[in-house]
Amino acid sequence: MDGAHDMGGVSGFGPVRPEPDEPVFHAPWERRALAITLAMARPGGWNIDTSRFARENRPPADYLGMSYYQIWLAGLERLMQERNLVEADELAAGKALHPPKPVANILTAGDVAAMLHRGGPTERDVTKPALFAVGDRVRARTMHPPTHTRLPRYVRGHLGRIEAVRGVHVFPDSNAHGGGEDPQWLYTVSFNGAELWSDAPDPLLEVTVDAFEPYLEHA
Amino acid sequence: MKLQSRRVLATHNHQRNPPLDSAGGYAYFHAMTDHDHPHDHHHDHSELSETELRVRALESILTEKGYIDPAALDVLIETYESKVGPRNGAQVVARAWTDPAYRQRLLADATPAIGELGYAGRQGEHIVAVENTPALHNMVVCTLCSCYPWPVLGLPPVWYKSAPYRAKAVKDPRGVLADFGFELPAATKIRVWDSTAEIRYFVVPMRPEGTDGWSEDQLAALVTRDSMIGTGLPKRPDEVQNAGVKA
Repeated sequence: MDGAHDMGGVSGFGPVRPEPDEPVFHAPWERRALAITLAMARPGGWNIDTSRFARENRPPADYLGMSYYQIWLAGLERLMQERNLVEADELAAGKALHPPKPVANILTAGDVAAMLHRGGPTERDVTKPALFAVGDRVRARTMHPPTHTRLPRYVRGHLGRIEAVRGVHVFPDSNAHGGGEDPQWLYTVSFNGAELWSDAPDPLLEVTVDAFEPYLEHA
Repeated sequence: MKLQSRRVLATHNHQRNPPLDSAGGYAYFHAMTDHDHPHDHHHDHSELSETELRVRALESILTEKGYIDPAALDVLIETYESKVGPRNGAQVVARAWTDPAYRQRLLADATPAIGELGYAGRQGEHIVAVENTPALHNMVVCTLCSCYPWPVLGLPPVWYKSAPYRAKAVKDPRGVLADFGFELPAATKIRVWDSTAEIRYFVVPMRPEGTDGWSEDQLAALVTRDSMIGTGLPKRPDEVQNAGVKA
């Protein structure tokens, strides 16, 4: 989707402001928000692509008006409500009002280390040849799906070069919406700054994105 | 519980920023800095924001329904607050600086090479290490969300997730470096890696001069988090107290 989350090249946000000696969390609730989000993925059964779409798919003013972990919370509440794990009246009341929905599995303290160590690898077996090879000239497709995609707007329609072939990976555009993993070849594609931004301040700039095969065409 | 979030809200609206709650909503536009908001970090200790109350309620609902184990939350928090962080990545860099065979393995296939030091897992399933040279400087961003190599760097800082960085890094990385207070020679090419899929990029900065014969641990003390993102450089030997004293 063409949302507020897709920020590459957008003007007006002002300077980057590093924070010296930044703490990992800025409020106690941020700790719990992170942990609840990580823990709920197991009983909730959603995947990372579904989660990303739940976070980004909201009015730009809302997205930009929330802090990072507030967006996580908003996404989590949406995912839980969509699956009737929690109802809106419970969130409003701040307490459980309905019986729990049966869930297959929950994350226990003893499971955490193994769950984090395992992570969620996205590489899958190769079942078809790659369309592109290192050095190929490609064009990022001009596409504007209303659904989840990982092709940022600032490269769409632009000419690039295949920098690396990264194997076959779960395709977020499908996986985010219940369409299954539909694994696709993944490439690192490089773009010259002058190709992306006619007014790029740095003539030597090169930008790479990781693009799934359906995002690209021969150029 | 004191419910004073409204007062906090009213007190801390900042004229240049949209009206948001005391939980740091404007942090999405600007990483919070002590310079601008010297007290923001401390309010939640004494006064509960709306968000704090909302999260407490959520945790209690989910616990009551049997979906989460609060003890598991404690382990998750402990992991990312004190175990997984940029010290891990600094060890990887220091090893690469001192062991040419390790450097080769790291640059060829970073995930198993990083795994040799015991770092692996969530948000680091497919890591690629990119090396800075005098001719090439690498910088990592995620313009679409906040993708970051957790096993080697921990959770990302606020500025990395903020709109200014995500917007500016791919268009004006030299401007970003200026925001961090340094500049590179004009002849140095900058390559910005936008982490748009599940590959996680990790920068191996250049080893500072004047560190011949230093041990891995001494070198690791020079490796800053930002130098592994590409928005900073390693510390110079004279910036680390006593680090030059050989063990």
